[in-house]
Amino acid sequence: MKKAFGRFYLVLIFAFLYAPVLTLIVFSFNDSRSRGNWGGFTLKWYSALFRDRHVLSSLYYTLTIALLSALIATVAGTAAAIGIHNMKKILKSFVMNLTYLPVISPDIVTGISLMILFVFVRLNLGFTTLLLAHITFNIPYVILSVLPKLKQLNKHMYEAALDLGAKPLYAFFRVILPEIMPGVVTGFLLAFTLSLDDFIISFFTTGSGVSTLSITIYSMARLGINPKINALSTLMFIVVLALLLIVNKRSSANSKNGTAVMNI
Amino acid sequence: MKKGWISYPYILWMIIFTIVPLLLVMYYGFTKTENGTMVLTPDNFIRVMEPTYLKVLWRSVLLALVSTVVCFIIGYPVAMILAGRDISRKSTLVLLFVIPMWMNFLLRTYAWMTLLDRKGLINTLLGALGLPQLNLLYTDFAVILGMVYNFLPFMVLPIYSVLRKIDRSLIEAAEDLGSDTVTVFRKVIFPLSLPGVVSGITMVFMPAVTTFIISKLLGGSQYMLIGNLIEDQFMRVYDWNFGSAVSIIMMLLILLSMGVMARYDKEGTGGGLF
Repeated sequence: MKKAFGRFYLVLIFAFLYAPVLTLIVFSFNDSRSRGNWGGFTLKWYSALFRDRHVLSSLYYTLTIALLSALIATVAGTAAAIGIHNMKKILKSFVMNLTYLPVISPDIVTGISLMILFVFVRLNLGFTTLLLAHITFNIPYVILSVLPKLKQLNKHMYEAALDLGAKPLYAFFRVILPEIMPGVVTGFLLAFTLSLDDFIISFFTTGSGVSTLSITIYSMARLGINPKINALSTLMFIVVLALLLIVNKRSSANSKNGTAVMNI
Repeated sequence: MKKGWISYPYILWMIIFTIVPLLLVMYYGFTKTENGTMVLTPDNFIRVMEPTYLKVLWRSVLLALVSTVVCFIIGYPVAMILAGRDISRKSTLVLLFVIPMWMNFLLRTYAWMTLLDRKGLINTLLGALGLPQLNLLYTDFAVILGMVYNFLPFMVLPIYSVLRKIDRSLIEAAEDLGSDTVTVFRKVIFPLSLPGVVSGITMVFMPAVTTFIISKLLGGSQYMLIGNLIEDQFMRVYDWNFGSAVSIIMMLLILLSMGVMARYDKEGTGGGLF
């Protein structure tokens, strides 16, 4: 009895969670523009999507920004994590608080404060500012992915490499980096996904002419319902799903307790 | 490897891109341009105390609280069922629960727009059943629904991860000592799950109180929450001084609620999301 009730409740919750997403996906194949009636199967919204120059240019910016910011954040974040790992306690706790600050503070505040900074130093809002903002919010996540790997590292390995005559840089690339690589790759994928997914910070830090997919969706959605958004969301859902399944598989393989990496 | 200096560029970066911007927000919040010169003034904060804006603040807090309570009421049983032992294929179910969260936040909100619309699926179904059409979109109900839909996993997952770790022998001991199911829940399970509840409440309340997308898309363009007020000041009215003051108040609100919540989670055992 209790078991049956539990199952029923779960089914209801899953229906609540999935109904909107599934409706969105199903209606991306709907021939009629209406949101309530089924007018037959079509792919015309998808082809309209790929002919929309605005959508294509935002796709280009989204991917470029995500790739560049994730790459830069991964290099900077890995270096920072190594530095933090070897810091004295007091300095370390200061830097960790600095790292948690953008993770904790609301996105809207991060967005407007960066916008104020960029305008204050007379940087034109656009590609550069968008990239700087994305690197800033990505680095902490890379650090938080790499640090646990550094903690697991046997510190004598690096010394052993030096004793055997390796130069510090050589020892780093041949001994340390392979050991922490899983954390670095997870950090990169996480940064890439977060950058793809971000709306709020991009919204405040970009200027005219440069818009990401999220911003394009927002401006389309504000004008009302548009089946092209359905098609776009179906594609984005599939891509993000694939990416996060990879990240998740990696992080559960890395850590025994299997805590999933989830984004907001 | 032993050198901390390798992270100095990062520290410099973070000071420039997180500390300095926050200081600039403070600077704008406490100043005002008068005859072309900046003067130090508390005027922006006094303006926030005007009834119009107090109402916006109050509505944001109220809606966020209502959504948090609804998430808790719906979510706690979900966490219990997922953590319970009479569920097979547990990890698949948890994964299924998390997947919709991976869809872009905007799109999840947009999905409800298409469902709640005057000519949307819900009203079409109601019409087909011969029932009267409902005005669902652009109401408080739609905004709360959007918040609950978007933030429900933030309530369920921390509670789930705490419940999962509860030592079964404690529950068995309580049963052996003669407690019925309700007492076991009240005296053993619920108190032990409190850290998860605390982080769940924090994780729902904070994004709910700061959102401006849900209120804009599901509440309509006239709908005002703190987030919308801030967005308006920066993107339309261009009153950065007032916008910064409102942002500072929002930060204070967040810090306050974090402080309150931290008191209930002294051991810091909250089942965090990361």
